Parts: sequence; structure tokens; C-alpha cells
Amino acid sequence: MNEVKLDQILTEDEHHTGDDKSAERWRSEYETQLGEKSAIYNRSGIKVEPLYTPSSGMDTAYLKKLGFPGQEPMTRGIYPTMHRGRTWSQRQLIGLGTPEHFNARVKNMLKAGASALSLIPCNSVYRGYDCDQVEPELLGTCGTVVNTVEDMDICLRDIPLDSVSVALNDPLPFTMFAQMLAVADKQGVSWSKITGTSNQSDYVSHFVANHMFYRLSLPGSRRVLLDTMEFCAKNVQRWNPLSVVGQHMQQSGATPAEAMGLTLSTALQYAKDCQARGMDPNKFLARFTFFFDISISFFEEVAKFRAGRRIWASLVKQHFGITDERLMRFKFHAQTSGCDLTRQQPLNNIARVTIQAMAGIFGGLQSLHTDGYDEVLSTPGEDIAKIAIATQNILKHEAHLCDVIDPLGGSYYVESLTDEMEEEILKVIQKIDDQGGMYSAVESGFVQAMIGDSAMSFQEQVESGDQIVVGVNAYREQEDASARPVLERPDTEIMQAHASKLRKMKSARSQVSVDRSTQGLRNAVRSDNENVFAAEIEAVRAGLTQGEIIAVLREELGFGHPLIVA
Amino acid sequence: MSRLQSTPPRVLVTKIGLDGHDRGSRIVASYLRDAGMEVVYTNPWQEIESVVKLAMEEDVDVIGISSLATDHLLVPKLMKALESSGLSHIRVIVGGIVPDLDELALQKAGVSRVFHPGSSREDIVETVQQLAEQALQARPTF
Repeated sequence: MNEVKLDQILTEDEHHTGDDKSAERWRSEYETQLGEKSAIYNRSGIKVEPLYTPSSGMDTAYLKKLGFPGQEPMTRGIYPTMHRGRTWSQRQLIGLGTPEHFNARVKNMLKAGASALSLIPCNSVYRGYDCDQVEPELLGTCGTVVNTVEDMDICLRDIPLDSVSVALNDPLPFTMFAQMLAVADKQGVSWSKITGTSNQSDYVSHFVANHMFYRLSLPGSRRVLLDTMEFCAKNVQRWNPLSVVGQHMQQSGATPAEAMGLTLSTALQYAKDCQARGMDPNKFLARFTFFFDISISFFEEVAKFRAGRRIWASLVKQHFGITDERLMRFKFHAQTSGCDLTRQQPLNNIARVTIQAMAGIFGGLQSLHTDGYDEVLSTPGEDIAKIAIATQNILKHEAHLCDVIDPLGGSYYVESLTDEMEEEILKVIQKIDDQGGMYSAVESGFVQAMIGDSAMSFQEQVESGDQIVVGVNAYREQEDASARPVLERPDTEIMQAHASKLRKMKSARSQVSVDRSTQGLRNAVRSDNENVFAAEIEAVRAGLTQGEIIAVLREELGFGHPLIVA
Repeated sequence: MSRLQSTPPRVLVTKIGLDGHDRGSRIVASYLRDAGMEVVYTNPWQEIESVVKLAMEEDVDVIGISSLATDHLLVPKLMKALESSGLSHIRVIVGGIVPDLDELALQKAGVSRVFHPGSSREDIVETVQQLAEQALQARPTF
């Protein structure tokens, strides 16, 4: 027990008035927000403090590298109370079948303890098609089919948009968000009360990894994202229109340091784009959020998040002259990595997910998705998703992981690794700068090649046995395949009925009004002064489907072909 | 056997349907290339017709379909399309996230082998080599 309580430090360490100020400030912020009601005792009756700092006092190096939660350089967390004050949001990805299926399932998830909802559309939606335009076998097998305002209305039935935070996995051009705003009007909820995030707004990540999303051309994507961000800054101010995604890159093979570096470079690109538009960094930076992968490389992930948080705070200061610490906050959602899960001995994945989740929690995340153990077998089933949520609750309540802020801070290993990860991440950012920034580095295929090389080299480590994977290249067992869970897919007939409902809806519309709305949208896209996203909301209200809106944008702005670097 | 010795197997590695996760297909393509095979690699998001056309034009022995997000459900349609184009000698393998019940259905539809996560390089290369040989022998003579 060489940790010392904070009030002791304040009296013992009189040489550093700077530390006293930071410490006092933290303490007062902490107490204002939580106060004595937050006292926690462990099973042995020992009082657990919210924060531990060096017993020898805090020198300049400590303050420069670590400091206090909610203060520069943000290493120890972005809020003064962190998880002790407010734990992370449990944001499970869900989506299967029709809007009716989604609505029923999301209500169950909310009852089971989820505090926010996440809507994952069907791959047909990701690829910009209405459900009547794709092979029926694929409908609703990986997400919900949402093509119209009516579909969105059903998805959100009885879910109060002014109190539940919503994450939409809604790539450009954000048709689901447009539909949701129309539904909010119908619910009588003011747009200013809507909270949540457009989770797939980072088009750069879609060009370099996974290729699961529809894409406009790079310049077209750039315009629509900026239009939407500008629209939100004026009209939906509590919405986060941008989530910068490192998850795709890491899932595609980037190392944790590369994924963090590429993500920060991407965020920097977007921030510069916003500034070039005339938007105010003091406003738009407050709405930047991030989304990362958490691999099972436990300490590396903790260090990745701590280093990323520190670098972001310094980048916004350096590039945009930010002084307000609230704008340096590196808010992130994270998802446990499906790539680490194994088909062999699949129940072992529960252990893997637990470890990944712990790395993310110790890394100071704001929101977490834990994978179902069956992720590597199929689209996750409902009962298995409940285990994933229970895992979070166990970590929070039984393991008491929320009691202490940045509990690994101060470990020789973790601090040294955080510094080294920081160095690696900065090297990646430098490489991208040398390419002329993220936009150019993606255009040229530089980023794709980097990710591909790392994917191959990890695979080689698994092949050679340098990286042991339990049940795959070591500790193998004969398995009974029938013991594996079976996922029920949505009934094809129901999905086909959903598609014919859409066909009927389409033909019942007045052609004149459809043509007029289509032309209106087209004109907005062609005009440099009009906001494409505002025009999309009009189009959605006028009954245009997601597929129709995207068709117009594709004609006007061009399609973003995948750039494959073999 | 003679063709295997003189010309390497020709393999089309591709993705059909809606999803584009390509980490697996890129790695498998490198495995096969490293083993000396001629690999035709495509962008994701291919349609069945274009895969059949490419398989014909490139005169491949084996088609490898990579699937992460249920796109393998379209493979039975691909098998039919290959057959009706006179390409039933081509062997088809599928790799990725394929639930057990789907694997049975794929086998019934004529898929030669389904590779799951954790499959080894040796297994994949050997299997493709054997299947290419079978395709060669099954090839219609003109």
C-alpha cells in the first residue's frame, strides 16, 4: 500500500504549486460532481479512493505526462469523475429482420439494462439499395431493413427520442438520420433534444477498410459530410454527426498503433475541412467522437487509448489553438474485436470478450459494445447478446472496475508502454502528413497498403506459432459441431412481404410528386449554396426512399469505387 | 496431371453479394499466389453473372468465394449459373463465417469445401491444388 490519499499529497508536497492547483481543481470538480455520497469500501472494509497518484509527490514530469482526469494532457481520462461518476454507455449493436423485429428486440435490450440503442441496418441499406432491389436471401440477415420514414417510425415506436440516446450505423449520405429527424417531428420531439451519434460517418475509413458501405466519390463524400456537420451545428446541436473510426482499420489488419495513428490523422483531416468551410473549431470539436476496436492484446490496448487521448489533446491545441479543455476531450466508443474470437471452442470467446472489455474500460472509454461469443459463427443471436451485456454488468458491479479512475496509471509497464505507443502513433501520423494528409494518402492507396501488410504479418505470426491462439494453433480439441449455437434467420417470406410492401408503397405515390422531389434534391446537389442534407430531409418527407435518394446523389456526385491494393 | 506440372492452377478469388470485408480474401489470395498458382482477384460486391463471365474468360479451375456477412447464401445460385453456362467442371470453395447448417446446404449445392476461421495455409493450398486437378480432369473436351 504505497498509494497515498490525495489530501495527504497536498500537504506533503509543497514544492510544486502547479500540482497543488491541478490537484485542488480536480478535487473540487470531483466533489462538486459526486461528493461524499460516492464513498466506496472494498470487501475488507478498506476505503477505495477515486484516484491514486505517486506517493512521492507529483513532479513536473508527472503533470506533463499524466496530470489529473479532465485536465491536460488528458492521459488519465477526459472527465474529473470518469467511470466512478458515470459509467460507460452499453451500446450493443443490434439489428435483424424487419423494423418490427428491431423494435421488439430493442425494447428487450433496454429492459435488460442497455442505456442507449444502436440501429444496424441490413447490408442492402449499407450498399445503397432498397429492399426490392437486392437478392431476397440476403435481406435482414445482418441488420434491419430501413428504407423509408415509415420503416424508421416502426423501428422507434414507443422509444422516446428525447431520452434515449441513439447510435445510427448510418453511412453517407445519412438517410437514416434524415428519417429519424422526420420521425422526431412526428413524436413531437424537438431536434435540439435528440442525442446520439452517426456511427458510420467516417467515409475515409470506408475507403480503406472493410468495404461494407456504399460510397460516393471521395469529393462527393467530403461535401455531404461537411453539409451534414454544418446542418447539425445549426439544427441538431446535441447530435454527434462525426464519429472517426479506427475500428475498421484495426479489424482489417492495422496494428493498434497504426489504427490509432490513422484515426487521429483522419480526425485532423476532417477538422481542417470543417475549418476551411468556415466552421468554428471551438464548436465543432466538441462534437467529434471516435470509435475503436479493442483487441485482446490487453496492455497494448490500454496504452493505445491513453496515448491516443494525450495526442488528441495536444493536436487540437497545436493545430487549432484550443485552450478550453472540454474541446480536447477524446470521447470514444469501443467494440471488442471479432477478429480475436475463434470458431474453435467458441465458449472461450466469453473469456476473450471479457479481457477485451477490461482493456477498453481501463483505457477510459465512454461507450462499449461487447461481442457475442458466437460472432465468429454467425450474426449474433439474442440470448448470446444478453451474455455480452451481462459481462459488462459483471465488470462494473461485481469486479468493481469503475471504482478508481485510470487504475493502471502509474504502473511502470503501462506508463512506459503508453510513451512508446505514443511514439509509434506519432510516427504513423508523420507518415500520413508526408503523404499530404489523410485524404491524399487514401486517394493514393498508401493507407490500404499499410493495412494489408500488417494483416499479412499478423497472419504469419499465427501460422508460425509465434502468436498462440488457444484452440486454433495450440490446445486443440476434438469438437462436437452440434454443440454450437444455431442462429435463426428472419423468415424469407416475411422479408419478401416487407419488400412487396415497399413496392406497393412506391407505386401508390403520385409520380408527379416523386419527380418533383427528385428534381428538388438534384437541384440542391447541383447548387453550391444548398445543403445536401437539408434537401435529403425534404426528400424523405416527400416519400423518397433511401435507394432513390442515393441514386440521385450517385448520379450527381459519382460513385466511390473500392481501391484494392493487392 | 500434365497441366498441373506445366501450368499452375488458375483460381478466381472473389466476393459476391453485399458485403466487402476483404481481409480474409486478400490473405487467401496471397497464400495461393505464394504457392505458385495464378490468382485472379476482384473487387468485392460482384454479381453472380460477372463471376461466371470472369471464370469463363479467365479459364479458372477453382473459384473461391469469401463471405463474412451471409453472402454465401447466394452461392447455390452461383452453382446453378456455372452449370447452365457449361462450367460445372469448375470447383467452388467458400471461406469465412459460415454457420454449420449453411455449410450443409452449400455442400448439397455442390460446393467442394467450406473453410472456417482458423483454417491453415497448408490445408487451403493443398485442397485447392487437389480441386484444380479434379477440375482439369472433369473439364469437357472439345
